[in-house]
Amino acid sequence: MGIKVRVPTPLRRFTGGNDEVAAEGDSIKAVIQDLDRRHPGIGERLLDEKGELRRFVNVYLNGDDIRFLSALDSKVKDGDDISIVPAIAGGR
Amino acid sequence: MRTQEETFVTDLKCRECGQTYPLSPLHVCEMCFGPLEVIYDYARMRRAVSRSLIEARPRNLWRYRELLPVAGEPQVGPHSGFTPLVKAARLGAELGLKELYIKDDTVNHPTLSYKDRVVSVAISKAREFGFKTVSCASTGNLATAVAAHAARAGLNCVIFMPEGVEAGKIVGSTLYGASVITIRGNYDDVNRLCSEIADKYGWAFVNINLRPYYTEGAKTYGFEVAEQLGWRLPDHIVIPTAGGTILPKVAKAFKELKEVGLIDDSACKVHSAQAAGSAPVINALHKGTDLITPVKPDTIAKSIAIGNPADGFYVLRAVRESGGWGEVASDPEIIEAINLLARCEGIFAEPAGGTTLAVAMKLVAQRRIDPHETVVVAVTGNGYKTLEAVAQGLPQPYVIEARLKDFDALFERLNGTARPLAGAA
Repeated sequence: MGIKVRVPTPLRRFTGGNDEVAAEGDSIKAVIQDLDRRHPGIGERLLDEKGELRRFVNVYLNGDDIRFLSALDSKVKDGDDISIVPAIAGGR
Repeated sequence: MRTQEETFVTDLKCRECGQTYPLSPLHVCEMCFGPLEVIYDYARMRRAVSRSLIEARPRNLWRYRELLPVAGEPQVGPHSGFTPLVKAARLGAELGLKELYIKDDTVNHPTLSYKDRVVSVAISKAREFGFKTVSCASTGNLATAVAAHAARAGLNCVIFMPEGVEAGKIVGSTLYGASVITIRGNYDDVNRLCSEIADKYGWAFVNINLRPYYTEGAKTYGFEVAEQLGWRLPDHIVIPTAGGTILPKVAKAFKELKEVGLIDDSACKVHSAQAAGSAPVINALHKGTDLITPVKPDTIAKSIAIGNPADGFYVLRAVRESGGWGEVASDPEIIEAINLLARCEGIFAEPAGGTTLAVAMKLVAQRRIDPHETVVVAVTGNGYKTLEAVAQGLPQPYVIEARLKDFDALFERLNGTARPLAGAA
């Protein structure tokens, strides 16, 4: 069944306009690598030259910010939901 | 002669990679996810503004309209802003400071917090862009500001809040006609969901897709401080940090005033204040890193309990550039400072204001602030909205019959105690 990834507007030109795409992998890092194979170019929008998540990108695994889990090494399994969300929002 | 319609905004620009975009409801760079910021033509603005032009205008935030990203005659927030800069002599004496001021947004119109500034600008833009529905993720001050300004502008309004917020906050939004939706989760969860809703439904979320405009409204807090001090800056200003909007924008306001020739010197140490239970930015400042690790907030200062600040990085940069610093205040320190401000100056701050005052006191104790310097403490919200934060620690009222002899007896009983009714000798 794979993993569902929600994609924000700025990245949808890589996904043919789709707001949700499928991917595979056993960690967030592996999923991003798989996304980049399926949608070339998306990877460098998410990761910097050092392979770290860019400062203004937040990734949520089943609703939890991956920085509260094991960041890019967080374990992912089939049926999980991943959301990629721009960090810039908020102010109560 | 300048027309009323003239605006000095040129476009949106990514703060990270410099990519530019036309003025639109867009807040994130498509190239690098960096935040977009409004760009102005300062050379042209410099020729159009003057102290006398601004001083002749009504006392509201639109007196600085050239420095704001709006077109045409302002329609939203006609009474917002231009709150008092209160010279705090008694509090200053308490802290050992010669020249202490409170910039008092507890009396901002119409919803008693600094959010009336940012929302005035955001809803002006929502109207310009033709949105019919305005929205926000909020737990209080922003919700009421959006709901009230939307009501007056005749716009549909939907407010998103985390579940478990106080009943008063729901009343304070619903009353203005807004639809309120509570989300099972914390504020950061609500914020994330709203980012996705903004994307899908095309509503104007003031603090998401209108964020480049919204945040510009916060500059007016800084413009007013400078004008009210006689077109000069204080030596220090202490500002609360939650999502990270107001502090970098006040720093930007000071730079812009210099850039367009309204002040001569833009030097001012800008200090950040966070609650100890929600201090991701101060943690990073003290560690000397740019990397902000999010936290799960736990503090009575709900209005600044953001564990995952969008603009935290820019707070760090503005603080460091200005030569400022930052500290945290514990919940008891926050409550003590709220009481001190109320007893010395008759100003009732929400916990965010207790936080800035408590941090200012620490900066004095650390000798980062000199007794002879001019200090402004930012109080950005009203304590009447957060009574539960302080009510418990206060003495209960005395209850007596409507008889003079009962009062006489009470008077005698309290005479000689720590709190005599006639006041201490």
